[in-house]
Amino acid sequence: MDISLKKELIKKYSPKSPVLKDVIFAFFVGGFICSLGEIIFYFFNSLLSVSEDTSSIAVTLILIFIAAVLTGFGIFDNIAKYAGAGTLVPVTGFSNAVVSEAMDSSSEGLILGVGAKIFNIAGPVILFGLCSGILYGIIYYISLFI
Amino acid sequence: MKRITELDGSIRFFSYSAVGGYEERRGPLGEKFDYCDDSDKFGQKTWELSEAEMGRISLNIALSKAKLSHEEIDILVAGDLQNQCVSSSLGLSGFGIPYIGVYGACSTCTESLMVLSSFMNSNKEIKYGAAITTSHNSAAERQFRTPIEYGGQRTPSAQWTATAAGSFILGREGNVAIKEYMPGKIIDGATSDGSNMGAAMSFSAADSILSYFAETSYPISHFDYIITGDLGKTGSNLLCDILKKEKPGIEKFHIDCGMLLYDFEKKDVHSGASGCGTSASVLSTHFLPLLESGELKRVLFLSTGALMSPSSLLQGENIYGIAPLIFLENINL
Repeated sequence: MDISLKKELIKKYSPKSPVLKDVIFAFFVGGFICSLGEIIFYFFNSLLSVSEDTSSIAVTLILIFIAAVLTGFGIFDNIAKYAGAGTLVPVTGFSNAVVSEAMDSSSEGLILGVGAKIFNIAGPVILFGLCSGILYGIIYYISLFI
Repeated sequence: MKRITELDGSIRFFSYSAVGGYEERRGPLGEKFDYCDDSDKFGQKTWELSEAEMGRISLNIALSKAKLSHEEIDILVAGDLQNQCVSSSLGLSGFGIPYIGVYGACSTCTESLMVLSSFMNSNKEIKYGAAITTSHNSAAERQFRTPIEYGGQRTPSAQWTATAAGSFILGREGNVAIKEYMPGKIIDGATSDGSNMGAAMSFSAADSILSYFAETSYPISHFDYIITGDLGKTGSNLLCDILKKEKPGIEKFHIDCGMLLYDFEKKDVHSGASGCGTSASVLSTHFLPLLESGELKRVLFLSTGALMSPSSLLQGENIYGIAPLIFLENINL
């Protein structure tokens, strides 16, 4: 059978993802996580009078911690199955990617298992995040002289 | 050269067993499994060893059902989904039986039965041989996809790798015989989408089924079923479309193991079950008992395999499919 005919058949019979449902779930779960972040920020900044910068860091840390604990107890993936981008895009997705890989590779030892594989999935975020940071820094530095 | 090898009917299923995990126990065939471990761990520390132990347990159960000692088994043919087939080697090392490891991805069940019957056909002194197939959801997810606890969404065409093992002891007595076998060809699946393996494998299943009927003199009605391994909903629909066009009527005989293992209401397995344990456990829990009881007389059984590696997929290579075929018959009817 011709390859192009095969491709046509695959396209015809492969069911499509329920995009509208996925987007609605992602919107509400992602929105809930961001609202939770705002509440944590308000708690530190307004109630405890912590500076804005430090309060922002506290928000990130607490969300990472919650996602890590939920991953450890095997709950996160069940939420993410419905939430999709809602849990993936906020910092919770990064936390889950690191912790789940660490859990999986722990059977292969601390150095060559966890150490070598912990950033298997989160690696691109770190690499390209750093690259973007450096690029932004250079542009910012040049803009100071203009 | 003919692709089909005819056997004299002296190679029979002497005993068989199936072992599964939590989801398999909850499925429609759950009660027919010989043993299921709800933790999926089988008392082991790692998922890889859990799969090895599952294979070992299933062979032990098949041996005890047959009232045989492992010393009476002359040859083992086994395979799984792990790198270098390490699950089979680790799990079966303690038996001290001459061993042949095979890899056919999810087609391993049929491939191992085919290799074993070929050995037994050429050497009549082999009284008993065993074929063992295992796959483990967690070990496979770790190796082929993402970490087990990673939170992501799967496409509707994705399948759920079965945590299941099937062991078959072939001997010279029994009701169900392997009458013929036919090796599969490596067929381009025309996609590199690892979440759509059912569709990729459907072309190889179509090739094997159509080639078989082009070569054999049997009419389609000679068989009760044409059973495929793990095409799932997507792959089954695609296969039936091809069969309908090429040989109308034949698609009505098709049934897929990947659609039988799980309850689609209880577990969102998307397109269905996959993994070589699927066809092995469904053959052992469903089709062989039906053949034994006489409810079915003759079936064609093709496990379907997706030939690829995580690296080949990332490099954009297509998934290739393979579908070896065996003809099973209750010869005492």
